[in-house]
Amino acid sequence: MAEGKADILQGTLDLMVLKTLDAMGPLHGYGIARRIEQLSEEALLVNQGTIYLCLVRLVQKRWIKAEWGTSENNRKARFYSISKSGRKQLIAETENWERVSGAIGRLLQIASR
Amino acid sequence: MLTWLKAMAARTVAFFSVRRLDCDLEQEMESHLAMLTEDNIRRGMTPAEARREARMRLGGLESTKERHREARGLPFFDTLLQDLRYTVRTLRRDTGFATFAILIVGLGIGASSTIFSVVNALVLRPLPFRDSGRLVWISTTADGGVGEWRIQVNHFLDLRRQNKSFSDLAGYNAYYGTGDHKLTGDGEPERLSGVPVTQNFFPFLGIQPVLGRSFSAEECKWNGPGAVLLSNRLWKRRFASDTGIVGRKLILNDAPVTVVGVLPESFDFGTVFDPGSRIDLYFPFPLSEETNRWGNTLAVIARLNPGATVESARAEFGILGKRLMQEYPQRNDLRPRLDSLDQHVSGRLRPALFVLSLAVGVVMLIVCANLANLLMARTAARQKEMAIRAALGAGRGRLIRQMLTESMVLSGCGAVLGLILAMAGTRVVAHLDTFSIPLLESVRIDGYALGFTLSVAFLTGLIFGLAPALQVPAAAVHASLKDSSRGSSQGKRHAWIRSTLVIAEIAFACVLLVSAGLLIRSFLRVLDVNLGFHPERAAALRVDPGRGYGTQAKRNAYYGEVLRRVSSVRGIEAAGLADVLPLGGDRSWGVQGKGQTYKRGQFPEAFVRIVSNGYLQAIGIPLRAGRDFTERDTPSSEPVILINETLARTLWPGQNPIGQIVEQDNGRRVVGVVSDVRHRALEQVSGCEMYLPIRQTDDYSSVDLVVRTTLPPSALASAVRAELKSIEPDLPANEFRTLQQLVDKAVSPRRFVVILLSGFSVFALILASLGIYAVISYSVAQRTQELGIRMALGASARDLQARIVLHTLGLAGMGMVLGISASWLLSLMLSRALGDLLFGVTPTDPATFLGMAVTLAAVAAIAGYLPARRASRIDPMMALRAD
Repeated sequence: MAEGKADILQGTLDLMVLKTLDAMGPLHGYGIARRIEQLSEEALLVNQGTIYLCLVRLVQKRWIKAEWGTSENNRKARFYSISKSGRKQLIAETENWERVSGAIGRLLQIASR
Repeated sequence: MLTWLKAMAARTVAFFSVRRLDCDLEQEMESHLAMLTEDNIRRGMTPAEARREARMRLGGLESTKERHREARGLPFFDTLLQDLRYTVRTLRRDTGFATFAILIVGLGIGASSTIFSVVNALVLRPLPFRDSGRLVWISTTADGGVGEWRIQVNHFLDLRRQNKSFSDLAGYNAYYGTGDHKLTGDGEPERLSGVPVTQNFFPFLGIQPVLGRSFSAEECKWNGPGAVLLSNRLWKRRFASDTGIVGRKLILNDAPVTVVGVLPESFDFGTVFDPGSRIDLYFPFPLSEETNRWGNTLAVIARLNPGATVESARAEFGILGKRLMQEYPQRNDLRPRLDSLDQHVSGRLRPALFVLSLAVGVVMLIVCANLANLLMARTAARQKEMAIRAALGAGRGRLIRQMLTESMVLSGCGAVLGLILAMAGTRVVAHLDTFSIPLLESVRIDGYALGFTLSVAFLTGLIFGLAPALQVPAAAVHASLKDSSRGSSQGKRHAWIRSTLVIAEIAFACVLLVSAGLLIRSFLRVLDVNLGFHPERAAALRVDPGRGYGTQAKRNAYYGEVLRRVSSVRGIEAAGLADVLPLGGDRSWGVQGKGQTYKRGQFPEAFVRIVSNGYLQAIGIPLRAGRDFTERDTPSSEPVILINETLARTLWPGQNPIGQIVEQDNGRRVVGVVSDVRHRALEQVSGCEMYLPIRQTDDYSSVDLVVRTTLPPSALASAVRAELKSIEPDLPANEFRTLQQLVDKAVSPRRFVVILLSGFSVFALILASLGIYAVISYSVAQRTQELGIRMALGASARDLQARIVLHTLGLAGMGMVLGISASWLLSLMLSRALGDLLFGVTPTDPATFLGMAVTLAAVAAIAGYLPARRASRIDPMMALRAD
């Protein structure tokens, strides 16, 4: 179910949120969700509500900041932006991800031969 | 790590601001929903379709909220709060049960925390001296290793100089008496107790006077300038905490003595070295040839060097002792005996404390068994509730957690009650100042006791909550829901567990009852001991002659006058004088009959009492042969002596001792034989004793007037005092001490243990009977229909009653068999460790075992009979129709 998927991908989702905020600047929850869906072709977010679980975790770790603001069509929304420590974490996570995914990729290539 | 800490902090904040954060999330999700809907419309959906699709994409608001809370807050505590709220609700509905449970946990925890505090003060906490773990108590063995004597001054000096094991030795003169010092001058005259100590005594123990200083070398010389240190208590009480006290002169025993300092409040000599007595003054004790001549006077404490142990020091002192004895044959014998100071202070009480700790442990187990039983009955009644909750999706773990929360809440409330009780209990114990148990005053609830209480509460909650919690249905939701109360099949397993619990309770209670029984019987035996004197209606009062009575003739005239005047008071049957009262003081001299020779070290030793005519009658020591002293036994008449039967047997076995001469003061003629008196302790048989007439000797340091009265002694106190005041205007105001008080003090440690243990076993008995009662009532209630059918088929009420009572007795019987075998084994195993706790009874005393078994069986029968009677009143028709 969605929960199981979110569990496995929790770290990945964190990474994607950080990357999105880093690339796009401040965004509200809906914006982040839409962006991730677009990029991942809806493979990662079955349930958009899940994004808020991820966001609150990141806020609590002080990797991102949240601020109330007004959306493009004049709605009250919370805008999230990446913090300094969040950037550091993003770099570290990215490296880690590349190492792991590279390793898995190589492994899968070997296995498929 | 830092990130984790930050996150934890944020989570804690979030935990406490649920409402605000929920509101934020709601708003956020609302605009999320709106934006998603708008996008959907833009993509060409109808508004209704767009909203529906958006809701599906976003997911349920409530479930997201729930998960959001878990993600940001402290889910563990959330659940806990929830469980707590639920627990409080259920317990409120069942106040009777809750009150009862909290009460028994509270009593149990109160008892165990109090006992723990006593053990903590006496055994665990270090003595209140600097680095007290390295302190060693040194004495010299006597009577072939049984007794212990003090050390002679010159031996002390040589040991201090020659040993390698200790960094220093200090000591005090153990031969001081209660009320030895008469304080006169400003205010009411008063008798105070004082201890002479060596110069280094206070620095050695690491005690700093709060005012002034310790003794100087000059003050510790023979006939040096009179100096005294005051106890904090005396300073506060008598001198109103006067900070200018140092340097003032007090009139003690009619001579001026300078106050050189005041000791800190934390230092209490009595509580460590002389339990049950209060020391007000400290004097310098000169280590000189004069004090050396006084014999074995010094109680010695030594501080181990780094690297040295009690064993190594023991070995060294064994050799040193032999060498000093050879070198100085004129000195008293020296066979050093070394114990750690802890061991000396509380060693004798350790077996008793061990027994008490075991007893509270058993009490706690009974409490747990009892509560487990009650909770199981409750759980059984709540099976359906559980099943419904399980059906609604609660996991088994979640249900067990809920049950454990309930038991934890009960034990937590119990712990609060227990703590209050323990505080009261420790206060009571700390004020038992007539009990001669060391360190009792320092018994209090401290951090350790608090920690102990919390752990006990936690363990208790866990233990008594676990059995019922595991009863929670696993997967048998269906079966539980179906299982109507009609079936008596409510689980044979549960009935079995509950019976086992009751049997265990009875067995434990049995162990406690038997041990309490053994100790009570020992106590009664001790009280029954023939003391050799009659303490009832006898009282004592210090009447030492003042400095004005400088010569023996003057003193003898004074004694004559005291006895004459006091005897004239109405209600006084007899009056006499003595330097030491029974059960106090152990001055002894070597003794031999004229013409007899003993090898060195093999002299019979006899306790010495200096007494006047009338003393034997006043204190109630029977005269076996010959005559008592009279007023005519004076310095000018023939020197005489009274001896006890043991000494008579020792010196002249098989002969008539009357008229024989004892080698004492150039020969004293034995004029009478008196019966043996237990001078050391009630439990110890008397040794040799001899009585010297007070008018024929100067060798005493205090004088007690002993009176035997027809009325209670306190009623005569003022009349006696009035008579004495006419002779001695400065008579201190201290009250009579009754002889019974002396005896009570001597048995107080034993009484302490007996009272506590009896209390515990009564508590255990009540709990066990309640356990039986609960189980039988429950089974009767469960079997109402079965019983109804039986009655309808012709069973008489009497039959049913008999069946139920028999069932009860069956349970009790099993418990008792277990309990009695356990106590049998225990008392055999422990009898050596318990040593002198038992007195006059064997560890397997059949009378005690039988008596306790009968008591237990009777209580069990009553506990079973009550529900049985209720069962026999069941109306068969009602029973069959019910439910």
